[in-house]
Amino acid sequence: MDTRTADELQVSQQKTSWMEFVKTHFRDYGMLLSLLVIMLFFQVVTNGTLLRPLNLTNLVLQNSYIVIMALGMLLVIVAGHIDLSVGSIVGFVGGLAAMMMVRWGIDPVTTTIACLIVGGLIGAAQGYWVAYFKVPSFIVTLAGMLVFKGLTLALLGGMSVGPFPVVFQRLSSGFIPDVFGGEGFNYTALFLGAASVAVIIYFSFRSRANQLKHAVETAPFGLFAFKNALLAVLVVAFCYLMATYRGLPNVLVIMAVLIALYAFVTNRTTIGRRIYALGGNEKAAKLSGIKTERLTFLTFVNMGVLAGLAGLIFAARLNTATPKAGLGFELDVIAAVFIGGASATGGVGKVTGAVIGAFVMGVMNNGMSILGIGIDYQQVIKGLVLLAAVSLDVYNRKK
Amino acid sequence: MNAILEMQGITKTFPGVKALDNVNITVKAGEIHALVGENGAGKSTLMKVLSGVYPHGSYSGSIVYEGQERRFKGISDSEELGIIIIHQELALVPLLSIAENIFLGNEQAEYGIIDWSAAFSRTRELLKVVGLNESPETLVTNLGVGKQQLVEIAKALSKKVKLLILDEPTASLNEKDSDALLNLLLRFKQQGISSILISHKLNEISKVADSITVLRDGGTVETLDCRAEAISEDRIIRGMVGRTMEDRYPKREPKIGETIFEVENWSAYHPIHTNVQVVKNVNLTIRRGEIVGIAGLMGAGRTEFAMSLFGRSYGQNISGRVTLHGKEVDVSTVEKAVSSGIAYATEDRKTYGLVLAEDIRKNVTLANLEGVSKSFVIDDIRELAVANDYRAKMRIRSPSVFQETVNLSGGNQQKVVLSKWLFSDPEILILDEPTRGIDVGAKYEIYTIINKLADAGKGVLMISSEMPELLGMCDRIYVMNEGSLIAELDIAEASQEKIMHAIVKSGRR
Repeated sequence: MDTRTADELQVSQQKTSWMEFVKTHFRDYGMLLSLLVIMLFFQVVTNGTLLRPLNLTNLVLQNSYIVIMALGMLLVIVAGHIDLSVGSIVGFVGGLAAMMMVRWGIDPVTTTIACLIVGGLIGAAQGYWVAYFKVPSFIVTLAGMLVFKGLTLALLGGMSVGPFPVVFQRLSSGFIPDVFGGEGFNYTALFLGAASVAVIIYFSFRSRANQLKHAVETAPFGLFAFKNALLAVLVVAFCYLMATYRGLPNVLVIMAVLIALYAFVTNRTTIGRRIYALGGNEKAAKLSGIKTERLTFLTFVNMGVLAGLAGLIFAARLNTATPKAGLGFELDVIAAVFIGGASATGGVGKVTGAVIGAFVMGVMNNGMSILGIGIDYQQVIKGLVLLAAVSLDVYNRKK
Repeated sequence: MNAILEMQGITKTFPGVKALDNVNITVKAGEIHALVGENGAGKSTLMKVLSGVYPHGSYSGSIVYEGQERRFKGISDSEELGIIIIHQELALVPLLSIAENIFLGNEQAEYGIIDWSAAFSRTRELLKVVGLNESPETLVTNLGVGKQQLVEIAKALSKKVKLLILDEPTASLNEKDSDALLNLLLRFKQQGISSILISHKLNEISKVADSITVLRDGGTVETLDCRAEAISEDRIIRGMVGRTMEDRYPKREPKIGETIFEVENWSAYHPIHTNVQVVKNVNLTIRRGEIVGIAGLMGAGRTEFAMSLFGRSYGQNISGRVTLHGKEVDVSTVEKAVSSGIAYATEDRKTYGLVLAEDIRKNVTLANLEGVSKSFVIDDIRELAVANDYRAKMRIRSPSVFQETVNLSGGNQQKVVLSKWLFSDPEILILDEPTRGIDVGAKYEIYTIINKLADAGKGVLMISSEMPELLGMCDRIYVMNEGSLIAELDIAEASQEKIMHAIVKSGRR
């Protein structure tokens, strides 16, 4: 099949120069660059507090639930919808977990599984109206937001419920224990970091080799090597810093696994591809034999499960469920996805973008708190950053 | 006769492409000037330069209009001087009334308060001029495309038009509406309004145009004067494609086998008006290696029939039997229809055919992702090979398969749609207006692809509003009117007159 096209392929394989490649792929790297600049900025103005191991650990813990929900929200937004109810689901599921464990004495494992299922059911209940009844998702999830905010209050009777069993708390406050038994330095963290770097580099070299074999346009080798080296240095440096404190938080591992999973699903699987097609042109997708309703439904179920997980993590972190838990989270999550370059009309967006977007928000929250900027101006600045990021993206796309 | 418009040495470059290269065009006062060229020849770009969509400074060359050099900064500058452009995609607001649309942005108002009675009476006058018998209060969404076109023209008239530019005005009109529109242009000519007509329908151009400018690859090829001598369609085509087109339809020796596809008693009702039967007891067969056409006027129910057949994508209360190779098949969802071997390439590529924001590769494999994946994981190298293969086979012109389909010309977009369906490996391919809005050269290529499919033993069902196309391509033609098949003609006996005759006769009943 390939032989005939070999000549044509040669044409596209002309040497791409560095500058040209950077220019055409600016959007891919621009976001990451902005995150690094923002981090550098806060590192300097906070006199190095931002990247202290303790603060870095906090940064991960504070943002884990936003990142996890951003993964689901990305799919929802790519499919051409929105979910405003995730904050309320976080509160409700957290409250449910608290009632189950603290009041009803159910064990943490059963509770966790049940809560994830409940999250999925809530997503299904909302997705049903959006997918099969064509009620705009904005309205359905706005209703959901009110309903579950109210149900959280009712469930908890307006009180805070806690504390949780130690096993459950570990979900947020636990760390991967050091199997090598290091004193004051967690060798496992460094080992896991190095191992994941090795895996990432192995896969990127393999895919590059495959691309070259089939004469696909690739990044110039210098840039490719630089990108991988930079990534390796960042990951190892990060893990080294974490190792000098208490090692890798459990949540970080959950988050990393989920990010990898969703990146794979969106890039390489049929269901991922179909979600992009659905968001890009629903009618064309439908006439190509894609079950658009079911797909929409499933993205909401997925969102519900992830919001449930985020609810558990958030409750575990506070070690108590409060009626106010999750308030306004939906805004951070949606902002993260849009800062990460997703299109409000659907069909466009990347997992890596959403994750970076979440960390842009997270680093700003954290950095500004260290600086002692009040919550009032923090919101003003975050709002302006969201507007700036998306305007820049729109401008770039027009060019 | 002096010139109302002279565009001289217009050159416009986009990053990487020279869209216009030293183009010259002179439109005389009070003439109908046709602008022809293949898709991508630069017609629309030239008109965007003229109307100020691309402002002065973004191109080189000069525009002399009514004897003065003009430097338009935006579309409002050119409109002020009476240059009005009517785009192919109509720019009307569907949920506003005719009157509201006509005076949109130009309201009959004093201090921001609209004088509705003035607006309505002006609208009535304008509608009379264009020959549209509708109330000014009718919502545009309730009008057919032909009437919407007339509203656009009325809107242009409301702005004191001197030079009217029409981009493919008859592309989606039936013959009757097209004729009415062309007559309107002739009437405007007598009133001294000049027009520039962009069209692929060469018969219309030879009917009304006073002169013709031919563009090819961003440059002016020639300007033909039709008043001196009659210009034949073949002569125009020669200028457009740079060669003589011996035959507009590629030759084929039909190898027709047994009946492979049969539709019996197919009926469908309107999706909203439950009691309106849109498709009425259609019976139809397709044989192996056969190209079967469905002729008919706009609104005859051809697209509705095809879409209701293809996974019930249109209508309700659908009934009937479909058999493929003698076995009844379930076509109740698109997925089932595709997997049983039916493909349907839609009439409207952009709305129903392509995911425009995605590249050629992803569009080609969309209907058959299983074909390039193993247990839900896409093999991207395999996918790329498939896409490259189709890009070469179908001669899709693009830098690579990573080109977003939104940036392709109509012909190339259609080739992507066809690739998508060929990759799903259908037995029966339904093509709805496969060459609409596509230039002559690309049409020939599409016809060749269709012929190859038939030669490979597939059955092709072709819906087209262009009768010459059906007569040139098909082995057998059904004629549809008001939801029923009213005639079946073998190609040997079929002619435009017979088809029209059948339609007229059934209409009278």
